[in-house]
Amino acid sequence: MRILVAVKRVPITGGRMVLTADEQAIETKHLGFTISPHEECGVEEAVRLVEANGGEVVVLTLGPEEAAEQIRDCMAIGADRGIHLVTSEEWDAQATAAAIAAAIREEEPFDLLIFGNESADAGGYQVGIRVAYALALPVVTGLKKLTVEGGRARCEQEVPGGRDVYDVPLPALVTVKEGINLPRYPSVPAKLRAKSKPLASKALERPAPKLEKLRLVVPEGSRKEAEILGEGAAAAPRVVEMMQQLGVA
Amino acid sequence: MTDSSSAFPTNARCVIVGAGIVGNSLAYHLADLGWRNLVLLDKGPLPNPGGSTGHASNFIFPVDHSKEMTQLTLDSVRQYKAWDVFTESGGIEVARTQERMQELHRRMSSAKAWGIEDCEIITPQRVKELVPYVEESVIVGGFYTPSVGIVDSLRFGTIAREKAQELGALQVFANTEVTGIDVEGGRVRAIETSKGRIDTETIVVCCGVWSPKIARMAGASIPLTPAVHQMIDVGPVPHFKDTKGVIEFPIVRDMDTNMYERQDGSGLEVGSYAHRPILHDPEEIPSNEEAALSPTEMPFTQEDFEKQMEDALELIPDVLNDESVGIKYAINGLLSLTPDGLPLLGETPEVKGLWSAAAVWVKEGPGVGKAVAEWMVHGEPEIDLQSSDVARFYDCQKTRAHIRARASEGFNKTYGIVHPSEQWESNRGVRLSPYHERERALGAVFYEAAAWERPHWYASNEKLLEEFRDSITVREAEWDKRWWSPIINAEHLAMRERAAMFDLTAFCIFDIVGPGALASVEQVSMRKMDVAHGRVVYTPVLSPSGTFKSDLTVMRLGDDHFRVVTGGAHGMADMKWYADHTTDATVTDLTSAYTTLGLWGPRARDILQSLTRDDMSNEAFPFATCRDIELDSLRVLASRISYVGELGWELYVPIEQGAKLWDMVWEAGQAHGIVPAGIGVYGTTGRLEKCYRAFGFELDADFDVVEAGMAWGKTKAADFIGKEAHLKHRASDPAAVLCTMFVDDHTSKDGTKRYMLGREPILSKDGKPLEDAQGRRSYVTSAGAAPSLGKHVLMAYLPPENANVGEELLVEYLGEHYPVTVQTTDATAVFDPENARVRA
Repeated sequence: MRILVAVKRVPITGGRMVLTADEQAIETKHLGFTISPHEECGVEEAVRLVEANGGEVVVLTLGPEEAAEQIRDCMAIGADRGIHLVTSEEWDAQATAAAIAAAIREEEPFDLLIFGNESADAGGYQVGIRVAYALALPVVTGLKKLTVEGGRARCEQEVPGGRDVYDVPLPALVTVKEGINLPRYPSVPAKLRAKSKPLASKALERPAPKLEKLRLVVPEGSRKEAEILGEGAAAAPRVVEMMQQLGVA
Repeated sequence: MTDSSSAFPTNARCVIVGAGIVGNSLAYHLADLGWRNLVLLDKGPLPNPGGSTGHASNFIFPVDHSKEMTQLTLDSVRQYKAWDVFTESGGIEVARTQERMQELHRRMSSAKAWGIEDCEIITPQRVKELVPYVEESVIVGGFYTPSVGIVDSLRFGTIAREKAQELGALQVFANTEVTGIDVEGGRVRAIETSKGRIDTETIVVCCGVWSPKIARMAGASIPLTPAVHQMIDVGPVPHFKDTKGVIEFPIVRDMDTNMYERQDGSGLEVGSYAHRPILHDPEEIPSNEEAALSPTEMPFTQEDFEKQMEDALELIPDVLNDESVGIKYAINGLLSLTPDGLPLLGETPEVKGLWSAAAVWVKEGPGVGKAVAEWMVHGEPEIDLQSSDVARFYDCQKTRAHIRARASEGFNKTYGIVHPSEQWESNRGVRLSPYHERERALGAVFYEAAAWERPHWYASNEKLLEEFRDSITVREAEWDKRWWSPIINAEHLAMRERAAMFDLTAFCIFDIVGPGALASVEQVSMRKMDVAHGRVVYTPVLSPSGTFKSDLTVMRLGDDHFRVVTGGAHGMADMKWYADHTTDATVTDLTSAYTTLGLWGPRARDILQSLTRDDMSNEAFPFATCRDIELDSLRVLASRISYVGELGWELYVPIEQGAKLWDMVWEAGQAHGIVPAGIGVYGTTGRLEKCYRAFGFELDADFDVVEAGMAWGKTKAADFIGKEAHLKHRASDPAAVLCTMFVDDHTSKDGTKRYMLGREPILSKDGKPLEDAQGRRSYVTSAGAAPSLGKHVLMAYLPPENANVGEELLVEYLGEHYPVTVQTTDATAVFDPENARVRA
């Protein structure tokens, strides 16, 4: 099987997000970067399928020079090669999907395209669906289980009260959610191997954006603060009082 | 336990900022020593507020070449064990090279010198037996310390807080940020926090990487930089499947790659000091809320760790080459680095009542907490903290550029093979004496002292090697002659035969002037200060318990005017000590106002007399006096004392007139065969032949004046700090006696002649370490050549039963034993014992 997984470099934020002075981005001076948990599971799912059936896992990203780190991370858990569409600018979902679709066309055929359900930063829920549309592929979103057999994919979504199951012919595009599997940690030899796996990069010009970002706002979080009610038996009356207040006692 | 329910206090006896290993320990020890109304604050939550303690590897290797650090570590281990948070695992430092094996033998010597038992040098096969997952073919041996262990530093902190609270001494406030420190008249008055203001006269900054930021709020400096130490956790390791508890295998330090590997339950932690220095600024560390993990667990920078992974894979392939073992956690952990690699302890010199207990690692945290508490409560710690005194720095050493340069250079030496005389390479050339250009022209080889560039020897003196060919010992082994030159011995001999001039600009000089000057210097100095104008007094400065705080000279220049001259390295701490005990007088730092040129040797008088109309004869200008003389157009303060055992003077002039002074002495000296001589002579060969003691070597807070053989004459009538203890020391027999020894045979097993460099253990003839009644081991305090005698001299404190002239003992050097014989058991010099030269 040939499987392509699309991933996006995003900051690892703490409890409080800080914006840059121009309110155009998250301040990332002290932050590390990763891919979203959905995408980590996507890579794991692809690697498992190829381990079982043979083939190749290609990881694709559109992002800055540094996003090569995320491709190498994916290679360390088993992806075979990478495609890096290099840009220093932020792209909207429409332009991103168009560029990714174009890159995939150059690399076809793939049996399966795996995207995260949504990105961890923008959360647009769009790119996977737009790529599928551009490539005229069937698409199923929000997968919690994926089974591939006989040229077809059985795609399961979690819905209130049970599961929706879609059976689609390959090639197809799916978007997956965290929990579809438990991704492995990279081993030391796999990390070292990842350094020498093939990575093709290509600089892209950003098309004129059709969406304009005005500014970012951090929503008022619900100020959650742990309060220690006391220690040992002496704490019991306050615990009871608190439970009564909350209507659970 | 957070005390968030109680009202926030408005005053406190002492506020401790930072609830890491140091702050918690300090809170407990202050409470234990009787202080009450203590407040401990941290901006983070408890029990892990997010500082370096929270991500520390928590292992302790006790052996260090520094006596001070070893003592702090051993005391910490005692404390961790007492509270049952220590697990002994053993530890092995492995060598991949023969050079490292030599270093491991040196560590073995340090273990013996500081009294750490059961250490041994082991073969690769033995390493493999102890740690089966090590690949023994890549190593050539190991240094095994069975007493290595791991601790639960967070648990220790919690117990410390609880015990202090049980004593009714401590209130703890988590999630409380310091926003300001009020200082009035140079003293702490109050601390401002996010929860309110607390009036207090004492604040202790125990904030690790944040300490500089907090100190700056008060206008003080805590010169450290946050720096990254990378570590990863891998697991689950099949090899550890059946192990019980957190650690069963010894911790491995892969010294040559600057890495360590330790079992942690079912995982293995791999840490590195090998990557490029990655420094941060205290102001830029994210808050607890902003940080993804904790503020001091920064994002892992993969590219910095790649070489390290390959190195680790070589040594631990059984674990790390296993595809099923994943990298589960990887951080750039922040820790504190200082310009000289040592902690920052004590009251800041800038602000009274503002204390620092920073740049401390988990291995020495509880010991530091105890020692700083003792210092605060009793005025001195039990363990000598002179190397860690936060007051030790000059302003130029507290700058961001200096801190970062030295921290960067020092970081990769964490597991390095550092020669005892090794010089820093970065940020040099900051303090230059007025003679500097002349010295460069003479090929001076500069060593650094207190940020000054000081000639250690002069290449231009190479020609003397021929002249003194028959008297100079040439060292054969590379280690023995690294940072050394036979020219030092040649300069020494030329001085003894003719005369030599020395650049002593690095001296720290300060004046104490005013109606209270006499009473103040009398109070601090052991020897009598109420002497005639123009007297120079060499005096020990004692701690309250009668051990050495310093030794220095004091010139009486007037009724109310004293000038203190002391070594550059410890000068700032000495000045703080005098200033702290001065009333009704001013203390003025004149270090950068005066330069000192030393002129010594049998021809010194002839040279100086040829330049002046003043009478320089012994009758007119006796030993231990000082006065102004005129040398041509210069007015020079000449002080007739000597640290090299020769006739001569220290010549003091305003620093801008130094070059003129140098030229005059140089020219007048030519007819007398003068040579320029470096600190190699002044600090080692000259003084050692005369058995003169040096602060930080023979003289420290572990030994008293009687033991040092310096209790000559009567104790002065006036009161002074440490007098009561000193009188007791005089009334009882010393537990150790400072002796001078010669090495009888330098021949090693392979036939090379070897020359000890200092800090080696002294052993009985049957190879057993010597220990005195107070449990102090005998070790070489100073080692160096006595060129006039053709001998290699060692000084060491010996138990009284071994302190006999003619006593035969052994010294251990790099794993071999060499015979030595005691020459003197008091301050009597091995060269010119009658001191005829000094008094000529």
